[in-house]
Amino acid sequence: MTAVPTAGVPTTGQDDLLRVEDLKVHFPIRKGIFFDRTVGHVQAVDGVSLTVPRGATYGLVGESGCGKSTLGRAILRLEEPTSGRVLFDGTDVAALKGEPLRQMRQRMQMVFQDPLGSLDPRQNVESLLSEPLRAHGLAGGKAGIAEKIRGLLDAVGLPSAALRRYPHEFSGGQRQRIGIARAVALEPDLLIADEPVSALDVSVQAQVLNLLEELQERLGLTYLVIAHDLAVVRHISDVVGVMYLGSLVEQAPADDLYEQPLHPYTRALMSAVPVPDPEIEEERERILLAGDLPSPADPPSGCRFHTRCPWRQETRCDDEVPVLRELGPGRLVSCHWAEEIRDGVLHPRSPEEVLHAGAATRPGTGGRARDDDPTPFLGRDQPLPRAEQG
Amino acid sequence: MSSLQAPVLEVEDLAVRFTRRGEQSTRAVDGVSFSVAPGETIGLVGESGCGKSVTSLAIMGLLPRRGVEVTGSVRFDGNDLVGAPDHVLRGLRGADMGMVFQDPLSSLNPTVPIGTQVTEVLLEHREMSKAEARDEAVRLLDRVGIPDPSRRLKEYPHQLSGGMRQRALIAMALACAPRLLIADEPTTALDVTIQAQILELLRELVVDSGTALVMITHDLGVVAGLCDRVHVMYAGKIIETADRRDLFARPRQPYTGGLLSSVPRLDSARGAPLTPIRGSARDAIPWSEGCAFAPRCDNAQDDCLTEVSGSTVPLVPDGPGRELRCRHPLEHPSAPSGATASGAAR
Repeated sequence: MTAVPTAGVPTTGQDDLLRVEDLKVHFPIRKGIFFDRTVGHVQAVDGVSLTVPRGATYGLVGESGCGKSTLGRAILRLEEPTSGRVLFDGTDVAALKGEPLRQMRQRMQMVFQDPLGSLDPRQNVESLLSEPLRAHGLAGGKAGIAEKIRGLLDAVGLPSAALRRYPHEFSGGQRQRIGIARAVALEPDLLIADEPVSALDVSVQAQVLNLLEELQERLGLTYLVIAHDLAVVRHISDVVGVMYLGSLVEQAPADDLYEQPLHPYTRALMSAVPVPDPEIEEERERILLAGDLPSPADPPSGCRFHTRCPWRQETRCDDEVPVLRELGPGRLVSCHWAEEIRDGVLHPRSPEEVLHAGAATRPGTGGRARDDDPTPFLGRDQPLPRAEQG
Repeated sequence: MSSLQAPVLEVEDLAVRFTRRGEQSTRAVDGVSFSVAPGETIGLVGESGCGKSVTSLAIMGLLPRRGVEVTGSVRFDGNDLVGAPDHVLRGLRGADMGMVFQDPLSSLNPTVPIGTQVTEVLLEHREMSKAEARDEAVRLLDRVGIPDPSRRLKEYPHQLSGGMRQRALIAMALACAPRLLIADEPTTALDVTIQAQILELLRELVVDSGTALVMITHDLGVVAGLCDRVHVMYAGKIIETADRRDLFARPRQPYTGGLLSSVPRLDSARGAPLTPIRGSARDAIPWSEGCAFAPRCDNAQDDCLTEVSGSTVPLVPDGPGRELRCRHPLEHPSAPSGATASGAAR
């Protein structure tokens, strides 16, 4: 795949804080106890390129197993990339080692999904927050650190009485605030938030989302937000990238993407998200996908989505890998037929038809993770516009 | 929508109290009443800890006897199930009432093939021979959309994907064509595209076989698309009941309104402001002292507390088909505000 032209929305061009170029993360699959053979690779991230302008928010969406978390971790080098480059402010992070890498990490921090699991239960809040400061030799001296921590607590909206308390004494939302405070303690430039609100109760999610936005404004942070919830991503992101089975299938400015999704997968994904409004729910046309995500250890040939795609065509889809190409300003899509689908020339088929069309020609895509299964299972449901209720 | 048939399930003043020696007892469910008719879908909505799952377990008689005190009545077809002997409950569960749990992996036995788990229900309740049960299991798995069912029967739960496991659980719950199905967060562990498949399956089931469905969820989007009537729960009590259209267009309880305005919606523009509810569910006060939601409520006034008003906040009728537990509800002047209708959703 080629390097992607900059698709930044607020600032275009040179001022990119993060550039990911053709990043691949493959995990070996090993078999055997004595003879440790590598029998294949899970292609968790397979050639992703993206650009995040300074001060912007890039939202990465996809379903579980699409590689979005691995991508986030690989950017921070928490996962070793197999190939490709991660340019952070011009420096290739993927090539850094030892002390320079450690210093670079001061500028890129992460907020994790599970606030309880990512905080040491034996450390109180004071110790949790001062640890990164001490590790990086910042804010010198006890008094300096104490003052800094008070500022942090204040910034994330926790009382200073929280200092002496331990993670289990807080509610989920408060714990996530502690996680965020720890991440911004080092005054990073980039914050990667992996499912920052998915473990939280609905009424609390909004508090944390608002906090993230407020901090971005105040501290000039750049965000890479990874989430499976499209509504959350739309709310917070300037640019959204949609991942499917290790690669980016579409990237667009948030509002454009939701107004007119171009890739068939994005369309299906969006039609599946329930909206809390009965009127809309009843009128909406649902595009139901056939089956499950294929195994990333043995991804389908050609377009990776072709086994489930309601718009799959006889030609190209099965054997030609689509490239991410620009279809409009800032709109990237990797589908051979994106224009035809957008203009309504091609029509979607039902999941049954997708399966039958696939069964005739398609080679096995079952893969090793669920070994002997050459058939994706079929959602028997019709893609019906819901109008039966009165 | 809601049919005129006699309800399959009537829950009246159900309360569940957990007691532990040396500790104060906790009222997880505190006087909940509702009913479901055949072919009707009702939603129990609330955040974690509001008592919605305990309600479902109490209905099914699945709570442990020890340290748990269940009061009130749960009438299934007119027979009270609270305190009913085990053999009666066992005869109903699986046969007339089915349940689908949130986590399909931990509700299936990992050491037993799927087929055995599905046929077990049939052998127990429908007195089939093994061969008949097997054929029926194949038919059931096929019905819920599992391909190649005869091969799947021999597989173990870990060999199935999350969506397929959930389908297998639904197949088991449907095995004896129950008249009542309780689904406790059936799609929470699943991806959205799979969630859409499962919800469609449940929808078909209600329409085709007239099963009464109790849907327990925290996801207002799921409720909006599936449920006829919605009960919102908070701290063990129902605080608002309404038809789903009314509920979403004109929420009356400030908590319901707060929930609706705090979820980002797919069809609202980037950066559209979210108004979260203050604090967290931990801030609830006991109902005996006042409205449990009062500490987080913007509309709260002094008389929300029992010591001022002299009585606890009652659940009272609030217009046609609605019930409300609130002294200072949200007012909706003319235009329905819930519908920020822009067709952008799709």
